[in-house]
Amino acid sequence: MNTTAAPESHATEHGLSTAGYVRIALILAAITGLEVSTYYVDFGRLFLPALLIMMVIKFVMVVSYFMHLKFDNKVFSWLFYTGLILAVGVYCAALATFKFFG
Amino acid sequence: MWFTLDNLATAHDTHEGAAHSSTGLSNVKLGMWLFLGTECLLFGGLISTYMLYRGRVGTGPRPSQVFDIPFTSVSSFVLLMSSLTMVLAVSAAHKRDDRSTNLWLVITALLGATFVGGQVYEFTAFYNEGMGFSTSLFSSSFFVLTGFHGVHVTVGIIMLLALRGMLKNNKVPGSRAETVEMIGLYWHFVDIVWIIIFTLIYLIPA
Repeated sequence: MNTTAAPESHATEHGLSTAGYVRIALILAAITGLEVSTYYVDFGRLFLPALLIMMVIKFVMVVSYFMHLKFDNKVFSWLFYTGLILAVGVYCAALATFKFFG
Repeated sequence: MWFTLDNLATAHDTHEGAAHSSTGLSNVKLGMWLFLGTECLLFGGLISTYMLYRGRVGTGPRPSQVFDIPFTSVSSFVLLMSSLTMVLAVSAAHKRDDRSTNLWLVITALLGATFVGGQVYEFTAFYNEGMGFSTSLFSSSFFVLTGFHGVHVTVGIIMLLALRGMLKNNKVPGSRAETVEMIGLYWHFVDIVWIIIFTLIYLIPA
């Protein structure tokens, strides 16, 4: 087995450096901490929007950096986000069906 | 047109041994992203069902009566960190550092197993508190959604351990780095699904 590590520059062709990934993970951990804090601290009217925004930020960060969509071909992004948009459409359609006909 | 020929032509998937389509993109990678797109639809349907039924508790316990947020927060943190170890495995595979790749794959599998163990504990606790699968529409939709996710994590753990064995025995077909990357994509996907579940199901009260 080849156990020789190539230079760091080779890794950055496929995304971030190791330090970059750790930085992203620390940001994600901090956002998770903030999310959990909403359970203990009353955020008032900001509660729901703040939680949803933090969820979206975490989602986009993992998809962009850990799944490399930011660095990869745009076709992959379109394939994935098309599925995601359709999924949101399913939710909206189901919600509307129950609201109007339920 | 939502993508241009330039996008296709600039694809840099030139890993040794990876099969490429006429577009210049890796077939395996294209297939994996398409699969993940369809998985979005599966979980979209399950999350929609839960959101519609979460208020229908009947005579059973309400979500706020059974959810243990501190415990689930720790589980979420564990799964989030497994995404870091997975991306480090992918990075090591691209650097052809087999020792680090193996190490990060095993750590990722262990973190995933910790998460699944936490889910089994949580399900048992819910059952003991009177929330069975058929207690209410809320409980049914909750168990189906989180159960499906748990099965995905378990499949991911099996894939990680199988990959580790194949790497050790030099039996990975095609590009090793691409194979690790594909399993990494699946693993990150189960993480992003949990990011949504944790917020919508656990943190936002019914």
